[in-house]
Amino acid sequence: MNTPLIWAADAQETPVNNPVLNISIFLAFVVVTLVIVFRASRNNKSAADYYAAGRSFTGPQNGFAIAGDYLSAASFLGIVGAIAVNGYDGFLYSVGFLVAWLVALLLVAELMRNTAKFTMADVLAFRLKQRPVRMAAALTTLAVCFFYLLAQMAGAGGLVSLLLGIDSKVGQSLVIAVVGVVMIIYVLVGGMKGTTWVQIIKAFLLISGVFIMTIWVLWLNDFNFSSVLDDAVANSIADPPEALLAPGLQYGALPIDFVSLAIALVLGTAGLPHVLMRFYTVPTAKEARRSVVWAIWLIGIFYLFTLVLGFGAAAMVGSETIVNAPGGVNSAAPLLAAVLGGPVLLGIISAVAFATILAVVAGLTITAAASFAHDIYSNVIRKGVIDSKSEVKVARRTVLVIGAVSIIGGIGVQGQNIAFLVALAFAVAASANLPTILYSLYWRRFTTRGAVWSMYGGLISCILLITFSPVVSGSETAMLGANIDFVIFPLKNPGIVSIPLGFLLGWIGSLTDKGVESKKLAAEMEVRSLTGHGAEAAVEH
Amino acid sequence: MTHDGPAQSSAPHEDEPQEPQGIDYVAVNESAAFVSLKKTQRSFVFPMAAFFIIWYAAYVLLGAYAHEFMAKPVFGSVNMGIVLGLLQFVTTFAITSIYVVFANRRLDPAAQAIRTELEGQEATS
Repeated sequence: MNTPLIWAADAQETPVNNPVLNISIFLAFVVVTLVIVFRASRNNKSAADYYAAGRSFTGPQNGFAIAGDYLSAASFLGIVGAIAVNGYDGFLYSVGFLVAWLVALLLVAELMRNTAKFTMADVLAFRLKQRPVRMAAALTTLAVCFFYLLAQMAGAGGLVSLLLGIDSKVGQSLVIAVVGVVMIIYVLVGGMKGTTWVQIIKAFLLISGVFIMTIWVLWLNDFNFSSVLDDAVANSIADPPEALLAPGLQYGALPIDFVSLAIALVLGTAGLPHVLMRFYTVPTAKEARRSVVWAIWLIGIFYLFTLVLGFGAAAMVGSETIVNAPGGVNSAAPLLAAVLGGPVLLGIISAVAFATILAVVAGLTITAAASFAHDIYSNVIRKGVIDSKSEVKVARRTVLVIGAVSIIGGIGVQGQNIAFLVALAFAVAASANLPTILYSLYWRRFTTRGAVWSMYGGLISCILLITFSPVVSGSETAMLGANIDFVIFPLKNPGIVSIPLGFLLGWIGSLTDKGVESKKLAAEMEVRSLTGHGAEAAVEH
Repeated sequence: MTHDGPAQSSAPHEDEPQEPQGIDYVAVNESAAFVSLKKTQRSFVFPMAAFFIIWYAAYVLLGAYAHEFMAKPVFGSVNMGIVLGLLQFVTTFAITSIYVVFANRRLDPAAQAIRTELEGQEATS
């Protein structure tokens, strides 16, 4: 019982954080990945190469890359921290994040791979009117990417102060700029192929690092998880301490808010555009299935590890130390690494966390660029009269713009509490994207009006509800602080209202639409989606 | 090089969708083989999806409203909440594995047969 307390005290008194070591390990990651990205870029010629990596990855490779895209710094640092401080409520998050993958596996992945080329809008525009549907789908894609991107970039700033010991605003801005520039190089040079390799490497490092820490924690506790829980309770600042092991610490005051979040998590994943785009990097629907299966195992095992690490951090570091550390809740995993393996393990885990942000940001950027170049520019503005070379050129320029916007945005939102943006991204994905995807794959009567209503309705309702919710104004933890108060909607997550609304609008829009969609295209889409006939083949070089 | 095959010709870039040429997809869509494939797929994925969503919803509602039940110890300090949460992991892994076996055995051969047939039609048309 005493030893964990002594460790915790050590962690507090002697700063084991070694910024030079952390930066060196991180730079090594950047150098290695850049070399790989440059090598992978040699065959980038057509749009299929640039957006979909020539559809040449195997299922297991793509499974790692999906895990890499999905396991953001928020899910690593955030969930370990949430479990360490809020106990069971942190675990509730990870359950939703995992179960969500069944929607992708059973209902979406294979059929999408069979019917589309590069973007989510390809599926929706297959049998509906091209321009209105593409425009709406591209806008929801860009909105999700933008919210997610901003959250990651802001997270990078906070992580820097924690891991590299840079506290000044100028220093943090500089690091955000460096992250942005490295990311732009990855995406500009490597395209989807380079980005995918970065994701694979990062996922491997992240899962290995978390695996080693988990075994270490369990080994120190004689592989008795129950005793980890006992120590966690003993070192908890919860009142009463036993509350750590039961739900309610974080969401106890307003359980409906948690229900709303849970719906958005479980339905949002299969509508995240950067996840959907991964299904096009494999040659067949069968490989798409294999990649989701790999992703489910990797992500599931990862979250099981974070359960041990979260309670392990509470037990061995103590939740008081975590809350008071620079970086707050997010410092739980790095502090635990320091307690376990000293500065070297801390350096490795810090660099992995940083690489995680870099890779996720790259994945989001290529998705947003593809959506702008392929959907808005090629198909809406140029009405499809464009060759694939010029389209890729536009995509590359878009990458520069998005990179610049995310650097400026990341610097702009520094120090602001914008963690809600990730939840907002999931809510938009679940309310604006998932209904139209499911309807267009499974419901023949679905029409253009239904799609447009559902996408705009889902997107706008999410943004409005968030704007008038307690995360933006009216409380100490809100973005605008407690002094400005225009709260109308009581929940922090809009999902419970906006997701049913998205489904309802798609249904009503279709029923009231007098225009008739082509029966032949509907038949063709159904045949193709299930059989894989005429699906985009792998690129041969 | 890219394969600009039939995918482009039938997913046109015009505002008004063009009618597909070559294969009569309406006929394929109504053929016994395809109807059976569609039925096999849907009668597996819909009930399975309903099952995991209801099971997840039950878990979420217990987590949100039944704090005392979730705090009941099961063995050692491991309580009902943790056991049920871990069971969500178990069912997710199980459904994934069952689906893979099902898809490999039941969906893939049927899809392959129709695809071969369609490719034959395309070659002769």
